[in-house]
Amino acid sequence: MNPAPMVALVGNPNAGKSALFNALTGARQKVGNYPGVTVERKAGRMSLADGRPIELIDLPGTYSLEPASPDEQVTRDVLFGKQEGERLPQAILCVVDATNLDNHLRFTLQLIALGLPVVVALNMVDMAERDGLKIDAARLSKELGVPVIPTVAVRKRGIDALREAMAELVGDGTVHRIAAGPGFHHEDLVVLQRRARAIAIAATKEEHGARKVSHTIDSVTLHPIMGPVLLFALMFVVFQAVFAWAQAPMDAITAGFDGLGHWVEATFPNGFVRNLLAEGVIKGTGAVVTFLPQILILFFFILLLEATGYMVRAAFIMDRLMARVGLSGRAFIPLLSSFACAVPGIMATRTIDDPKDRLTTILIAPLTTCSARLPVYTLIIGSCIPNRQMLPFIGLQGVVLFGLFVMGIVCALLAALVLRKTVTKGPSQGFMMEMPKYQAPSVRDVALGLWTRALIFLKRAGTIILASNVILWVLASYPVAPAGRLQTEYSIAGRIASAIEVVVKPIGFNHHIALALPPAMAAREVAVSALATTYAIDAGDDTDKASEEVGPKLAKDWSLPTALAFLMWFVFAPQCLSTIAVTRRETNGWKWPAFMVSYLFVLAYVAAGATFWIATWAGL
Amino acid sequence: MRLDQLPLKCPAKVAAVAWDELAETAARRLRELGLDEGVTVEALHVAPFGKDPIACRVGRMTVALRRAQAHCITVETTVEPVAA
Repeated sequence: MNPAPMVALVGNPNAGKSALFNALTGARQKVGNYPGVTVERKAGRMSLADGRPIELIDLPGTYSLEPASPDEQVTRDVLFGKQEGERLPQAILCVVDATNLDNHLRFTLQLIALGLPVVVALNMVDMAERDGLKIDAARLSKELGVPVIPTVAVRKRGIDALREAMAELVGDGTVHRIAAGPGFHHEDLVVLQRRARAIAIAATKEEHGARKVSHTIDSVTLHPIMGPVLLFALMFVVFQAVFAWAQAPMDAITAGFDGLGHWVEATFPNGFVRNLLAEGVIKGTGAVVTFLPQILILFFFILLLEATGYMVRAAFIMDRLMARVGLSGRAFIPLLSSFACAVPGIMATRTIDDPKDRLTTILIAPLTTCSARLPVYTLIIGSCIPNRQMLPFIGLQGVVLFGLFVMGIVCALLAALVLRKTVTKGPSQGFMMEMPKYQAPSVRDVALGLWTRALIFLKRAGTIILASNVILWVLASYPVAPAGRLQTEYSIAGRIASAIEVVVKPIGFNHHIALALPPAMAAREVAVSALATTYAIDAGDDTDKASEEVGPKLAKDWSLPTALAFLMWFVFAPQCLSTIAVTRRETNGWKWPAFMVSYLFVLAYVAAGATFWIATWAGL
Repeated sequence: MRLDQLPLKCPAKVAAVAWDELAETAARRLRELGLDEGVTVEALHVAPFGKDPIACRVGRMTVALRRAQAHCITVETTVEPVAA
């Protein structure tokens, strides 16, 4: 059977491409990566009125066929049939913003010149009307020589008409693939721009006022005083929500995994399988899945701010501050995402077109305090930092937690400053961005975005984190120690830990910490379950009960300087395989992940050591 | 007058762009955003910290750019100041 005809969805950034893609394909989407490059491949199935399937591929938004970023390179290569692992599309669905025709038509003209069948979705016609702009779609179609369908993708208007037009485009399904012609991508942009403007003027029937609504909102959001106040208030609300709203669902998930663990212990006979399932699989994975609510809440806000068009304004406000450390406002969004998790944060750097700027942002992303550090911070602060009131309503424990967050941010900025003057040296490319219109986001699009993020996160928990927990459990449980010897010393993991202890003893770490460090490399939160496991194994047979009491055990076993040094280690150390893996993927090699891991380890060692010795000297 | 000196809310027309003073990528990005000789521009907002970057209306778009790049763009005000 022939594969379904492939149609490429192309358009300028901010044309509403993703909303149109969602409206046409719904949840039948697949996100992957192109081989060898870092650009996401987003494809989905849609069916025509008569039920015939079409594969719709969503290409990264671009202004022209002359690529600047890797994203734009992929768009070009797919349209020319040159992208490895991708067939040549049979037709092009080109999205243009009805309120910004003269600029978007330039790219449309380039696409039409490629020689593939094209249909134009004249998107956001409601916005155009709101702005007092009437466009004659029939006239536009005549001028361009291709069908033009008015749509409002976020409200799913015009989607059926679009389906019909696409049915005609792909014909009876037999593949007449014309090789893409050279188009006029060599032609001067200015010439194309003039033609686009002439067509736009010809097709515009009426015009009065322009983008009044967006301009009114901007007079508040970009106000010299109100603007930053609003931005910081929003950020405060976001972080408040992440920590306050997530508590209940997190507790529920923890309870669910505990229940599952008890069920396994009650059902299976005592032995290898039972212990592996209960301690290695369920406890370890549960410790990670617990963070799903926090990550989803953070992403909910990021997706919302992005869909409304506010994110670019945030980047605009922050640009000058970011420029002080050699970055641009564009780095603000990936760094904000990194508070949920550095992995999507690093992936979000794809929107930064300057390679040095992007590399710097990737290298400092692990310093922002991701949500995986929270369980570690909470455990250590809760058990080792005295719960003393410093000022009314302000306790010492809260101050320490806040201090760790601030330290992450300050060190990320300092690291950027140093990196930009050394390894990522180069002139700043500046900050040049289109500010999209404000738009009411579609609930469905935000929900779809959250769903995709949840799947990616759960996949990670089910693979890397699960595997590392199982490996740790096996290594810590075998060989079984003879009477009189501690299991955490005698086991394979214990012997590895003894070797590590030689290195980390000078910075105040004990044997149990040394044992928890390697598994925490897989994912930070594993440190909590690893400490629980090691103290539990030493406690004897009653592992379940022992693990519940890890807090008081730490309080008794660790000195305050050790606890502080351990916290500092977690501010800096590169302890997440996913981050290293995604850095490798996004930088196409081992050079930068190796560099990142080394500089973070050096920072962690020095910071933890300095903290330990200063705290010891101060008599804490 | 250069675009970075243009007062806010004062419509103007791009008279010339010093393309060779801009980095190649910056020049292309400017063209892609529709900033070309003959287009109408209007400075709308300045960022709060250090008054840089600025946001300008360019044709039907709002475009953010830093002052350093705006300085390469010469503009002519379209509305003459009312003669006293």
